Amino acid sequence: MTPALFLAQRLSAVMLAAAVAVHLATIFYATRAGLTAGDILVRTHGSLGVFVFYSVFVLAVAVHAPIGLRNVVREWTPWRGRSLDAVLIVFAFALLALGMRAVIAVCVA
Amino acid sequence: MSVTPDHKMISVEVWRGAAKGAFQTFRVPRRPNQTVLDVVTEIQREQDPTLSYRFACRVGMCGSCAMTVNGRPRWTCRTRVSQAADAGGALKLEPLRNFTVVKDLAVEMTAFFDKWRDARGAFEPGAEVPADFAVVPPGTPARQAADAAIECIGCGVCYAACDVAAWDPDYLGPAALNRAWTLVNDVRDASRAERLAAVAGDSGCQCCHTHMSCTSFCPKAIAPTYSIAGLKRAVLWRALTGGAPR
Repeated sequence: MTPALFLAQRLSAVMLAAAVAVHLATIFYATRAGLTAGDILVRTHGSLGVFVFYSVFVLAVAVHAPIGLRNVVREWTPWRGRSLDAVLIVFAFALLALGMRAVIAVCVA
Repeated sequence: MSVTPDHKMISVEVWRGAAKGAFQTFRVPRRPNQTVLDVVTEIQREQDPTLSYRFACRVGMCGSCAMTVNGRPRWTCRTRVSQAADAGGALKLEPLRNFTVVKDLAVEMTAFFDKWRDARGAFEPGAEVPADFAVVPPGTPARQAADAAIECIGCGVCYAACDVAAWDPDYLGPAALNRAWTLVNDVRDASRAERLAAVAGDSGCQCCHTHMSCTSFCPKAIAPTYSIAGLKRAVLWRALTGGAPR
């Protein structure tokens, strides 16, 4: 792993640690308060805070997961080189696109 | 049911062959303070002269006699049978893991030492000849960090113990990285930036999972994990700043 990837993985991990904690706390609150999907969407629609928080969350996932997957593939299979990096870059953008699609659906649409 | 050790004879299973082979069992007289290397030598001299193994100094200096003894990588010249034998007093001897086996207990060390070269594990004095001897105060943090890692004898025990080396054949490994760390901390060396670049690649220091097997098994009580952690910090600092303070 190069220093740039190492740094990106560590920084994204720090962001994820906070984001996952907030996300889980929100889920517990929503379920214990008995909120329906409709109640939740009323709260999230138009909320800049929710949009920014989950956009950062999705970005951190899109950075963190492909780098970790790259390490696993390199250690457990003989697959190396540009083809591996190209597939994982596509995977990163797929995570970003799918994640942002969900964020937009919850906050904007 | 516990196994009662045979107090007169040691049962020794020895790997015969190369990548493919089988264990052959020998019985060797048990002697006081006998080392594992004594046992191997006795087998070769008294029972089977075709047994291949490697040793030189017999006193823990040369690093050539390492083998896998009852599942653990060890320097055999300084390992007593009483320390390494199982509950029944038996021994099982195999070549070091993560190395190509030449024959029986002898392994090919070329790839291992090529990685020392790849990690720029040789002192590089620079183009200019110093006008005088370098003065290196022994109490400085850099010298103390180098001293803590300098006593490596190149036995390969750490490399055999390393799971990352087992998974990634390109990984430079704890011994080469430990050597690089001693030179990164050598104020006389002129190739610090090039060395940090050499250990920062895809199979360099950042691959270490900090399992600490190298540190656990090193017969010289060196902590390559600490050296690799130091390299990770130095490499990261260099990536962030473009150049690292000493």
